[in-house]
Amino acid sequence: MSLFKKNENQIEKVDGGKTEMTRDLPVFVPATDIYEKEDSILLVCDMPGVNEKNIDITVENRILTISGHQEMQSPEKHDQIYRGFINGIFRRSFQLSSDVDDSKINAKLANGVLNVVISKAEKAMPKKIKVETA
Amino acid sequence: MFWSELSSPTWTQLDGVRNLQGEINRLFENYADFREDFPPVNIWSNNEEIILKAEVPGIDPKSLDLDVNGDQVKISGERKADVPSEGVVCHRAEREIGKFTRSFRLPYEVDSGKVIAKCSGGILTVSLPRVESAKPKKISVQSE
Repeated sequence: MSLFKKNENQIEKVDGGKTEMTRDLPVFVPATDIYEKEDSILLVCDMPGVNEKNIDITVENRILTISGHQEMQSPEKHDQIYRGFINGIFRRSFQLSSDVDDSKINAKLANGVLNVVISKAEKAMPKKIKVETA
Repeated sequence: MFWSELSSPTWTQLDGVRNLQGEINRLFENYADFREDFPPVNIWSNNEEIILKAEVPGIDPKSLDLDVNGDQVKISGERKADVPSEGVVCHRAEREIGKFTRSFRLPYEVDSGKVIAKCSGGILTVSLPRVESAKPKKISVQSE
């Protein structure tokens, strides 16, 4: 019981203590590139070993949360002789400003890399003002 | 700015210093090649074969090289920058790019002709069967 408690605290430490854990897995911050295009923002996150169905992308109160859990089976009837990584959950949150449209978000997963495209809001684009004749 | 990363709710001055340190480290990391322990690798074995898995997200399987020699295996390759198109602004580049090499000495010799390597979902899986001559032989004890 005490061990479980300890683990839980460790996970919360990594995660900033903001979310409730439902799985007893470590949380990793995925390495992310951020690009800005003319009409959108592109997030590129490394998520090796994460299946499409295990990715969750949510927007709540303009906070974009990307999470994906790794589901890798250890080979049966083999002993592990070297450990360089462990399975866990990739999670990262971003506060979106009002310059992006949080209803226009698309995501694509390929080769262990997640691409998230967020459209810019109308107001972030240059505006045209119509001149009326009297 | 179009986004900001959520930081810990218990923001202190020390966090600010740590963040600055991280930012500076990241700045210099971008000019170096991969850190020494890339890609992360797990290895399993039994009497028949060795299984190696490596996390290689965003690496084209064609630019991955695998060298097997006796009881040694070497993984090398290159991750190229995948900048979406011309004229985009890069705000953050944390995903490392460049060349990497890792070598491992295995517990026994493997048959380089029977090695199978697959890459899926950013995970490289390599199966390395043991050479026949290195397989343990069971000697039964006869009673007289």
